[in-house]
Amino acid sequence: MIKEKKEALKGGEFLIRETDPNDIFTPEEFDEEQQMIAETCETFLQQEVLTRLDEIDSMQKGLMPSLIEKVGELGVLGVSIPEEYGGFNKNFVTSMLTAERLGAGYSFSVAVSAHAGIGTLPILYYGTEEQKSKYIPKLASGEYKGAYCLTEPGSGSDANSGKTKATLNADGSKYILNGQKMWITNGGFADVFTVFAKIDEDENLSAFIVDASSEGITLNPEEKKMGIKGSSTCQIFFNNVEVPVENLLGQRNEGFKIALNILNIGRIKLAGAVIGGAKGTLTEAIRYANERNQFGRPISKYGAIRQKIAKMSYKTFACESAVYRASQNIEDRIASFEVEGMSKSEAVLKGIEAYAIECAMLKVHGSEVLDYVADESVQIFGGMGYSAESSVERAYRDSRINRIFEGTNEINRMLTVDMMLKKAMKGTLDLMGPAQAVAGELMAIPDFGSAPESEFEKLHGYIKNFKKAILMIAGSAVQKLMMELAKEQEILMAVADMLIETYVAESVLLRVEKRTSLEGETEDNKLKLEMARAYIFDAGSTINQLGNEALISFAEGDELRMMTMGLKRFTKMDALNIKLVRRNIAQRMIDENKYVF
Amino acid sequence: MKILVAISKVPDSTSKISFKDNNTQFDEAGIQFIVNPYDEWYALVRALELKENLGGAVTTITVGEANADPVIRKALAIGADDAVRIDAEPVDALFTANQIASFARDKGYDLIMFGKETINYNGSQVGAMAAGLLDLPYVSNASSLEVSGSSARLERDIQGGSQVIDVDLPAVISASKGMAEQRIPNMKGIMSARKKKLEVVAPIEAPRHTEVLSYSLPEAKSEVKLIDPDNPTELIELLHKEAKVI
Repeated sequence: MIKEKKEALKGGEFLIRETDPNDIFTPEEFDEEQQMIAETCETFLQQEVLTRLDEIDSMQKGLMPSLIEKVGELGVLGVSIPEEYGGFNKNFVTSMLTAERLGAGYSFSVAVSAHAGIGTLPILYYGTEEQKSKYIPKLASGEYKGAYCLTEPGSGSDANSGKTKATLNADGSKYILNGQKMWITNGGFADVFTVFAKIDEDENLSAFIVDASSEGITLNPEEKKMGIKGSSTCQIFFNNVEVPVENLLGQRNEGFKIALNILNIGRIKLAGAVIGGAKGTLTEAIRYANERNQFGRPISKYGAIRQKIAKMSYKTFACESAVYRASQNIEDRIASFEVEGMSKSEAVLKGIEAYAIECAMLKVHGSEVLDYVADESVQIFGGMGYSAESSVERAYRDSRINRIFEGTNEINRMLTVDMMLKKAMKGTLDLMGPAQAVAGELMAIPDFGSAPESEFEKLHGYIKNFKKAILMIAGSAVQKLMMELAKEQEILMAVADMLIETYVAESVLLRVEKRTSLEGETEDNKLKLEMARAYIFDAGSTINQLGNEALISFAEGDELRMMTMGLKRFTKMDALNIKLVRRNIAQRMIDENKYVF
Repeated sequence: MKILVAISKVPDSTSKISFKDNNTQFDEAGIQFIVNPYDEWYALVRALELKENLGGAVTTITVGEANADPVIRKALAIGADDAVRIDAEPVDALFTANQIASFARDKGYDLIMFGKETINYNGSQVGAMAAGLLDLPYVSNASSLEVSGSSARLERDIQGGSQVIDVDLPAVISASKGMAEQRIPNMKGIMSARKKKLEVVAPIEAPRHTEVLSYSLPEAKSEVKLIDPDNPTELIELLHKEAKVI
């Protein structure tokens, strides 16, 4: 594997290349201005949102739109929008930070991220000058609320199969829109819809900006949902709705591309938002564990609870490490595209597309971390956690949707592997060479090398081996199954999970290594290293189990035996007293009565 | 209106407090600092409201070292026009009051505002001392402040009721809860904070009359009973009689 400092890691390339810890961004590096922006988001949530969760969830009329307006007045909705459209032109990482800090606001978080993300960005990135001038300043200020209409009753994950039609009228001045969209977030109060429909008999979607006040638009009553009850979700009918031709967004037939590119952004933003949710929920659970006495002691004194606090903490910490690592990669790529002469919009889209693999992986990981945290927090609350009066009950219900929207986690897992393999086939990502090298290594006598000189070197050795395990399994599956692999979704899902665990494990390790090299072995950094060790330990077990399941499903005989041995070698780690490591991690959170990082 | 608002740097109220140097120093390692809430939510915001209604300017003043700059810039982000930092550690109330009074003396402020106390040491002294040094009237613990012409009407919460006071300007006041509502810094304010003037002024010579001898934390609640390993009888007795588990 190559170790270079200068050239940035390309999307998916983490599998075959090492990263220098100095090349990554860690959340400890936010500057004063970014921290102030984050604080503004947090204070807004505390004052305006967290005090009114019941009112929000009962869908009190006008409340959610007014909250969007209020956060708009603070300028937060326009954080990454160019100044000429009323925004503040902050970089991608800063917009991720606002997504994270607003992410702890339950239904409000969903409404605000749908508005600022899928509700605003299609127009910002694909709109003409006129379209942008007309809509973006008002969307950035919160005066207009945006919604994104892609899903239909018969077309969810298979988005391009939508039946909504657009037909040009006789004089060519208007498209006539007919069809039905569902699960539209903010649908009940949005002023502007981005609607995807097929023009005439086109195979591909086109996108349109549609004013919600247009004649022929009708809304079904609000959906009754398991969670995020305060977020408006409607079915919308378009019945001969006239849309001026100048409201076509982007080119004809470009809609599916727009939808996918916007979803790439939505995925990584979701990963940011769920970190905010996880941190908030985790702190609630820690506080409760410290307050609740049983058998004469706070339940936070018991190992069974400490283990939960520890696991939730390091999963959240690791996910955050990966999200900001990828965000900075995206930021750097956007900047380099701009230097090459691309417009800002194009650079952002291309920059994010370049890391679509990471966006998909982080969407899956983040949403599952939040679900884990919400679930274990309910458990820590015990009976009280099952009561609708507890905050974690809401967290539990609200969390669940994250595994479903912005592309289900199953779709995103398959996309992860699919995009990797397509890059390999196109030759933009050389997986073949490294996969063959691993195959060769399997035949050779194991090279035990010299003992690692530091804890970091040892842990990096594990990560390198995890990558070898993936290359071995995926390489062999591709060879054996060829075109059949696409139908072997179980194997694809296993490979995706192995990729995700490896990427996140490497990210948390790089973060701790960078902090330690800059600040030394402070108490904080020692604890962060414990979290990295624990995460890597768990990741190794997961990779081993998934790898075995995958191998046995397509290999047999000597080959299976050889690869099983290889997998054992590639997931071998020194014994670690994980109980003690987890206790140490939990102790700090319990002492400080909150999630500390 | 020309208003000076004193801003203090204090630890966030969720911080874990510990001491160093044989319990004579507060250990600042890992502590998140904020603007003292009484200074920020009440004094500063009310000052900004007065400026918005009556015109004028709001300057903040802080006695502190360079590590106070982030909280000063927070005050600028909320809307203060400029800031002054007297470059000294605010170790003693009279020393701190002397620094503020010396700076303010010839600047012609109509109002000098303090929070009623800082949430770290709760001294509630600096405002009164500064007023004394400047020979200005002082009204403490005001929960409302209205200005008309050259006087101000203040309401103070007192035991069992409230008191309304008129005071001639210039005056020194300290603000308590109710005087204004917290303002969240907006993006514009945050981005302009770095561009606003933050003047660093050398401290004057001033006496320090007090010295902190030691700090201690409140005693932790007892929750564990330690029993000598050589004394199993006591353990069994406690488990039987006190814990009632055997």
